[in-house]
Amino acid sequence: MSSRERILDAVRRNLPPVADVPAVPVFEEDDRTSLWPRFCAGLERMGGRLVEPATGADLEALCRALFPDAAVVCSATPEIAGTRSAAAAARPHDYDDVDVSVVRALFGVAETGSVYLDEAALVRPALGFLAQHLIVLLDPADVIANIHSACHRPEFRDAPYGVLMTGPSATADIEGVLIRGAQGVRSLTIIAAPRR
Amino acid sequence: MSRIDHAEASSQFIADRAHEAFHDKRLWELRLKRDATRDEVPEWPQLRDLASAIKEHTLSHLAQYLEQFEARAKANGAHVHWALDGEEHNRIVADILSQRGATTLVKSKSMLTEECDLRPYLERRGISVVETDLGERIQQLDNEPPSHIVVPAVHKLRGDVAALFGQALGSDAGNDDPQYLSEQARQATRPLILGAAAGMTGANFAIAETGSFVVCTNEGNADLGATVPPLHIASIGIEKLIPRFEHLAVFVRMLSRSAIGSPITQYTTHFRAPRPGSELHIILVDNGRSARLGMADFWRSLKCIRCGACMNTCPVYRRSGGLSYGAVYSGPIGIILNPTFDMRRYSNLPYASTLNGSCTAVCPVKIDIHDQIYKWRRLMAEHNQLPFVKRTAMKITGRLLADPKAFRRTIAVTDAALEHLPRFLLYTRFNAWGKQREVPVSPDGTFHAWYLKNRKVAP
Repeated sequence: MSSRERILDAVRRNLPPVADVPAVPVFEEDDRTSLWPRFCAGLERMGGRLVEPATGADLEALCRALFPDAAVVCSATPEIAGTRSAAAAARPHDYDDVDVSVVRALFGVAETGSVYLDEAALVRPALGFLAQHLIVLLDPADVIANIHSACHRPEFRDAPYGVLMTGPSATADIEGVLIRGAQGVRSLTIIAAPRR
Repeated sequence: MSRIDHAEASSQFIADRAHEAFHDKRLWELRLKRDATRDEVPEWPQLRDLASAIKEHTLSHLAQYLEQFEARAKANGAHVHWALDGEEHNRIVADILSQRGATTLVKSKSMLTEECDLRPYLERRGISVVETDLGERIQQLDNEPPSHIVVPAVHKLRGDVAALFGQALGSDAGNDDPQYLSEQARQATRPLILGAAAGMTGANFAIAETGSFVVCTNEGNADLGATVPPLHIASIGIEKLIPRFEHLAVFVRMLSRSAIGSPITQYTTHFRAPRPGSELHIILVDNGRSARLGMADFWRSLKCIRCGACMNTCPVYRRSGGLSYGAVYSGPIGIILNPTFDMRRYSNLPYASTLNGSCTAVCPVKIDIHDQIYKWRRLMAEHNQLPFVKRTAMKITGRLLADPKAFRRTIAVTDAALEHLPRFLLYTRFNAWGKQREVPVSPDGTFHAWYLKNRKVAP
């Protein structure tokens, strides 16, 4: 008998009493006007930075102003050219020298201040982790209530790779001292930018 | 293997005042943060009920969900392997790596691979393994197992890390600034990730409906390890299954709140299929889980999502340190998991508890932890696993409690003895109570004598 069969066999022999599966409500609040302020508060709490430019502002110039010292700005968005297109990379390792990556989130989550990115948004997932800093464009209209709502979104459920990102990478493994910028990006900036 | 003496190991931990005091304070801080974030979620009690019910449902249908998971994962393009035990798990990993000529593996934190003792197995076969989580890396460089399932190096102070990094990474051993130390780890680890032939992760949740899994981390190391090298291996305990993707929300909402008091981990990553040009291997590991499923008193421990809340709240854990449990899992959850692996070796662990029930109260999936601890004590006694002193003391106490007259005589004599005996006779190794504290002053008379005198209605 293969290990697979032996495990399944042992599991079947030892199954505990049958329990029903409960229905899971989505616990959404009715007030849609509070979604954006809640998102902003959640983002700030998790160490992210929010930039709300004026309507029609030049995003390219804004990105340069946010990171004036960046030599390599690698963009996966049509709105920002940067110095390099994310699609130009032949393999993930090519993002090693990226100072700032620019991507667009599919949606944001008010409860936690998270943004959702799939591999289409990132071109290659490593773009969101190997860069020193990450800029995420988010349409405030794309903010949903909570993690339940997020788990009902097909673009989260069905993506080959998808990540709910909440603030920059962080660690508190030495004496509980919070350090932003562990192994992944050192900072996360969300720019409120309606889809064109 | 020899029996773990938790009390003895704890006394060594306690002897170092600075470490013990910080450990206690830091973990209690996590418990308080957990309380604060819980209070922001009005539906918390409902979430706990749901989480518990979803897990119990899954475990009672585990075979079908495992089969569904496997079928969907294969359809997604992943390779699925099954491992009966740690040895088979390690062999599968080594085979995958050697078939591809891979000699460098970067991995993120996984308690399952600790259970399997994967690292030494691979290293003996010429494969270099690098832990990328900061706490886990500290423990790897110091040649120690993790002392906590969420914060592996919580028993260390910054000076310990500075000295360790000075030696292992060549950093300034005199600089103990955590910012500096974390940066040293980042700089040293990054080239290893870029040069690795394979990356390995565990999984927090595996979803039957989608054949996919979710990894919750803060440092970005798991995503780097899984998305930079061309090969991703994920080791998943068979109890990690949940039926549907919508169920995931219940657990994600409680995991990081319970663990460290943050609303969510920085990264909640869903892996469903390999990237173009890369491979994804999933290893489903039993290692004692199917047997535990059949233990009427203990199968509910399989609901555990490894948040560590029970450890942070436990007064014994906070004051004795994770390494004193001599096992992969420490704290209350360790007490109820470890004896299922080796009853004799871990027979002392159920006594590393005050049975205050706080572990059960904070558990997000409502495991009856302290009841299970009590049941393990009973089992240890039934299987003659009590140490000699405890066994003898219990026997004598049992006899005394069964005989009121003998009990009254003994109490009177003991009270008198406590008052008059010299310290060297009172504070012996048989008196566990007197090890760290004074024996209380005995009253002037027994309660029985007082009752007879003041109520005058003798039975």
